[in-house]
Amino acid sequence: MRAAFLALALVLAAPALADSDMPPAYWANRQLPNPQQEEQARGLMQEIRCLVCQGESIADSDAELAGDMRDLVRRRIAAGEKPASIRTWLIQRYGNWISFRPPTQPIGWPLWLAPLALLVAGGLLAASRLKRRRSR
Amino acid sequence: MTAETGLAALWLAAALSLLQLALGFAPGMSKSGSAPIRAVAVLQGGLTLFAFAMLVLVFATTDLSVALVAENSHSAKPLLYKIAGTWGNHEGSMLLWVTVLGISGAALAIFSRRLEERTFVAALGAQGALALGFFIFLLFASNPFARLDPPALEGRGLNPILQDPGLAFHPPTLYLGYVGLSVAFSLAVGALVTGRVDRELARAMRPWVLGAWVFLTLGITAGSYWAYYDLGWGGWWFWDPVENASLMPWLAATALLHSLNVLASRESLRAWTIMLAMIAFSMSMVGTFLVRSGVLTSVHAFAVDPKRGVFLLILLAFYVGAALLLFALRSGRLSEGPEFELVSREAALVGNNLLLSVILGVVFIGTLYPLFVEALTGAKLSVGAPYFDAVVGPIALALMALITIGPLLNWRRDSGERLKRLIIPALLGLGAFIILLMAVPQDGLLAKLGFGFAVALFPASLLPLLARKLGRTPLTTYAMVLAHFGVATAVAGMSISSLTTSETLIAAKPGEIVSVGPWSIRFDSIRPIAGPNWTALEATLYATRGGAIETLKPQARFYTDPPTETTQSAILTTLTGQLYTVVGQQVGDRWQLRLWWKPMVTLIWLGGALIAIGGALALLGRAWRGWRKAGVR
Amino acid sequence: MTGWLRFTPIVLLVLIVAAMLWRLANPPDTTVHSQMIGKRIPQFVLAAAVPGVQGLSSTQLADGKPKLVHFFASWCVPCIGEAPVLDELKKQGLTVEGIAIRDRPDELAQFLARNGDPFDRIGSDPESKTQLAFGSSGVPETFVVDGRGVIRLQHIGAIEAEEIPAIKAAAEQAR
Repeated sequence: MRAAFLALALVLAAPALADSDMPPAYWANRQLPNPQQEEQARGLMQEIRCLVCQGESIADSDAELAGDMRDLVRRRIAAGEKPASIRTWLIQRYGNWISFRPPTQPIGWPLWLAPLALLVAGGLLAASRLKRRRSR
Repeated sequence: MTAETGLAALWLAAALSLLQLALGFAPGMSKSGSAPIRAVAVLQGGLTLFAFAMLVLVFATTDLSVALVAENSHSAKPLLYKIAGTWGNHEGSMLLWVTVLGISGAALAIFSRRLEERTFVAALGAQGALALGFFIFLLFASNPFARLDPPALEGRGLNPILQDPGLAFHPPTLYLGYVGLSVAFSLAVGALVTGRVDRELARAMRPWVLGAWVFLTLGITAGSYWAYYDLGWGGWWFWDPVENASLMPWLAATALLHSLNVLASRESLRAWTIMLAMIAFSMSMVGTFLVRSGVLTSVHAFAVDPKRGVFLLILLAFYVGAALLLFALRSGRLSEGPEFELVSREAALVGNNLLLSVILGVVFIGTLYPLFVEALTGAKLSVGAPYFDAVVGPIALALMALITIGPLLNWRRDSGERLKRLIIPALLGLGAFIILLMAVPQDGLLAKLGFGFAVALFPASLLPLLARKLGRTPLTTYAMVLAHFGVATAVAGMSISSLTTSETLIAAKPGEIVSVGPWSIRFDSIRPIAGPNWTALEATLYATRGGAIETLKPQARFYTDPPTETTQSAILTTLTGQLYTVVGQQVGDRWQLRLWWKPMVTLIWLGGALIAIGGALALLGRAWRGWRKAGVR
Repeated sequence: MTGWLRFTPIVLLVLIVAAMLWRLANPPDTTVHSQMIGKRIPQFVLAAAVPGVQGLSSTQLADGKPKLVHFFASWCVPCIGEAPVLDELKKQGLTVEGIAIRDRPDELAQFLARNGDPFDRIGSDPESKTQLAFGSSGVPETFVVDGRGVIRLQHIGAIEAEEIPAIKAAAEQAR
């Protein structure tokens, strides 16, 4: 009985974070009725950083603003917008930092080219040693 | 008293490590043989272990006069978590780090008998050098035994997310892995000093690398599963900087393991093996630095302190720099081993080394790229899963192809005859891929390819056992087969769960029935309950997919000290997958439910476990061979 | 191994250590800065947040005079301390428009009654959409918008009394 009372008291005295007491936005925690659209939305949400809990994506974060961002993404996908366009819109407002997918602009080229460069360099290294052996 | 005893032991051990370093590299030591340095190494390890035991005692008894306990523990915590709290903070985990370093050195001193003496002595000296630096760091910048005067009245508690059986298991296992690799590093240094990189070195190094690698594999697998069930998002790998920091030593150690086999069998790949041995532990040190310095923001990071960061960076730069310099100066003297053809096991293993190193390089570059860009241009960008998945995935597939080919090739030169046995597995894999292409319409090419390769690898990994007398096949061959089979298992799990997971997000009223995948779930009720240091709202769900009804009770928990909210997921494990349920906020008279049906997801961690067991069998197999040779039954 | 190749790992190490030292000396800044500085404000029409005070729309922000757009909420603790600063800015001749994030009319009315109401207009942004469109990531934040509707400055967090001259100067420059 005491435990239940304690539990209830703790529930009512919910953590005093700087949060509003308004309910989450409509599409923050609801899936879109069209499964393809929901899949697109989910894919995008997992690639967008939460502005508050910055190590998480908006798909995983409990922050209110993350919920509002999920609502924004779902509404716009439902209206027919492509995920890439929504990502661009967010990047225009918060910079490349907000997207876990690194940019394809020149600033990201070394990153995307690195695997190829490493493979070629390593391959040449390995091949040169093989060649030396065979020529003996 | 306990704390002071522990601190005294640490000082003594630090002094001994200095002695160990001196004994290892002092000229003229060869006359006395290895007995003195062995004794010093064993004593140093023993004292460090004793100091660690004292810290555990101080936490177990919640001695609030020790500052560390006051910051991180609480008298109401269950005993298991009090003890696990010893390493749930920076200073304690650093002491654990140094303890494993010490006992690894002690174990090397006791158990290694087959190595040439001068190399062995130099290796122990290197181990002492490593220990010395970290002792200095511990004693001057991270003293775990610092007293608090006056003692605190109550501890500040521990992050409730860490109050979990996984915590008791995950860090010590990982540290045995990371820091166990120090032995490989020291042996490599010793071998470079004496110039003896040969079959003997490989055979001496191999058990240590195998042992450390088994622990690393288990630690990473366990960490992944812990994050999966504890964080409530159903994800099992996030390419978070700290996760990457734990993966990089594993990648290096895996490459090293395979390289050692070449060195042991054929005395080839000398420079590459030595380099890998140094890189593996260097990656461990880099990881330690990244996690504790505040250089990278992460969900996982320890309390941040840039001063400690500078100290660790200097240690790291010194050790890795000295090792690399030694390599640059001495590796020219390493003679090349015997030749091998393009179609040979050596070549396949060179390819394996190459691909693993490329993955290592890519993960390293990806993790540090945002830092470099910001330093050079001031711009901020992020590198996360979309990059790593896209880049590491295809290389991993190529690696899987090599796994099917390599074990079927002879050393030195192979006609490729036995590769014909791969036709059936390849066709099976192709078939599986095509079926998925048709059955799963949406995106996920990489996952579909992954499943195809996995289906091919399952039978292909067994091929080395074909046409052999199974009773006379060495245990190490079975070990290899099991580990490779484990790779196929893990990749199959990753692919299938990624392609076929269903998610349902809904705000439900008690009494409502919701569905996810083939499951029909009735949200029966929700009620408050209490635990030892938490209270929660527990939902009762009844789930069925046509058969028996299962009960799941996910919770939304509130801890008091410090005040935190967490979700405890309720997971139902079946033969075909896991039903993962989470209860969230209340919205009016409804409750937020998140439900996933994840087919085959447990194969991921089962695969990891199989890989680790394979490694353990290999270790056992070699030890068995050693005992039989020595006449022990 | 060939000559110079043996030294590349050391060169790489030096570069990496240099980068780490830089980072240790320049700790990461976790505040999120809007990238909309120098760009036109997004189009929006916000309903009245409180009865008796007009709502806000983007057309009203491009009327030739520079203004302050202040994102706040009644549940935002630092916003309470900022009220006198905003009053002072208003006294110095600046127009302060408010956008209330995720707020209820009754709670907002109470907040304004308790702390003062320096706002000409207050728009209601119940799902943070306008906040996101501005590139803002929390409350309180203040944007200086010039007469043509271009964002000129973002101030993150509560404005301190010492910062009033700087804000005033930014508004002057935004003519």
